[in-house]
Amino acid sequence: MSSLRTIDVSQLRDTVAGLCGQADIFLPADVRAAFNKALAAEESPVGREVISRLLENADIAEAESMPICQDCGLAVVFLDLGQDVHLVGGDLTEAINEGVRRGYEQSYLRKSVCHPFTRANTGDNTPAVIHMRVVPGNQVRLWLVPKGGGSENMSKVFLVTPAQGLPGIKDRVIETVEAAGPNPCPPIILGVAVGGTFEEAGIRAKRALLRELGSVNPDPEAAALESELLTLVNNLGIGPAGLGGRTTCLGVFVDIKPCHIASLPCAVNVQCHAARHKEAVL
Amino acid sequence: MSEMIRLTPPLTSEAVSLLKAGDRVLLSGTIYTGRDAAHKRIVETLSRGEQPPFPLAGAVIYYVGPSPAPPGRVIGAAGPTTSYRMDAYAPTLMAQGLKAMIGKGKRGEEVKQAMREHKAVYLAAIGGAGALMARSIKQAEVIAYPELGPEAVRRLVVEDMPLFVVNDVHGGDLYQQGRQAYQR
Repeated sequence: MSSLRTIDVSQLRDTVAGLCGQADIFLPADVRAAFNKALAAEESPVGREVISRLLENADIAEAESMPICQDCGLAVVFLDLGQDVHLVGGDLTEAINEGVRRGYEQSYLRKSVCHPFTRANTGDNTPAVIHMRVVPGNQVRLWLVPKGGGSENMSKVFLVTPAQGLPGIKDRVIETVEAAGPNPCPPIILGVAVGGTFEEAGIRAKRALLRELGSVNPDPEAAALESELLTLVNNLGIGPAGLGGRTTCLGVFVDIKPCHIASLPCAVNVQCHAARHKEAVL
Repeated sequence: MSEMIRLTPPLTSEAVSLLKAGDRVLLSGTIYTGRDAAHKRIVETLSRGEQPPFPLAGAVIYYVGPSPAPPGRVIGAAGPTTSYRMDAYAPTLMAQGLKAMIGKGKRGEEVKQAMREHKAVYLAAIGGAGALMARSIKQAEVIAYPELGPEAVRRLVVEDMPLFVVNDVHGGDLYQQGRQAYQR
């Protein structure tokens, strides 16, 4: 049992504001390492050139404090709130939104949120999308995932039948990547949630994208599926920037969970190579 | 890999007809930006018989919504957005003389047919390389729809912007050709 701890929401606001710039400007180290590995393995000369350009892009972004990609994303926040934390100083959701507002303004990030019908830009990249869990302990852990529209648009949720089973799941994942082709900025990363329910499979698929590339899934069944899906997806030949090659996907992250006896939900969240995610603990 | 072809707008039907899917292009000169919302407005303007915000004859349009320019810079990150969202509007612009579109991702059959009919090409920039692409942009100025923010129409002056020819006027498609070579 941890002791009760008081945290002012202004601390969360300032943390979120700082994460926005860091996430959008610095290519995560795991993605950079995956690029270097892909550069050595890629057979296509154009594919190798694209990956070299992406590494150069990351260097320029870092040197010039520019976003890696002009699509600085819709701010998705995963927040694990310790049950022994007492939040004071205001509304938590508003504090997170204010952090996004400040972070996107201070770091010269593109505001990419609009009304669904009029398409009028909200002007400050809010509202953020917040996924909260209450967990043991007295810490607040949060991850900022600025999610780009091009890859999000290629994502899918399927309600597969139990008869279609695991082969059906694999087919849906492959057809999702094949249909997306060059659109989501390959080499991509896939978050795949199997089981659960319709609404939370999508959230789990996105949460799966928080994992580090190259990390091993502790669930052996999921680890095996990840490795098989990665091979199948890379056999499609789509390649870097969709111009042909062996590197279509840098990693597949699978999350498996029980489901209703009538159902087999499968959510596929497609992530671009600008796979931005940044974590902080308070 | 093929050698670089230099292009400077305004482009002619003859110049774009020489391009082949897979060619690599260095583009220099004046181009215009436009995404979803700007395309919708331009097509509405044309349907009312009014003048578009920039001359379409020989024009090159770049599907981009840049991030804000930090102090002392011309523009922020400026890589391509996904092109299929402009498919509904592209044939109308090609009929008015648009000669090249820059973006990323696949185009629909109607757009490819319009490219063959009106002699226009589709060029790809590397998606997600926003900071790199910004280096080839030397001037940027909002010329229409400023209220659209990142989606406003900008006049850009570019120098040696690196691009790939994806769809040519002869029916060539780099996305199909590239993939076929590596599919297992």
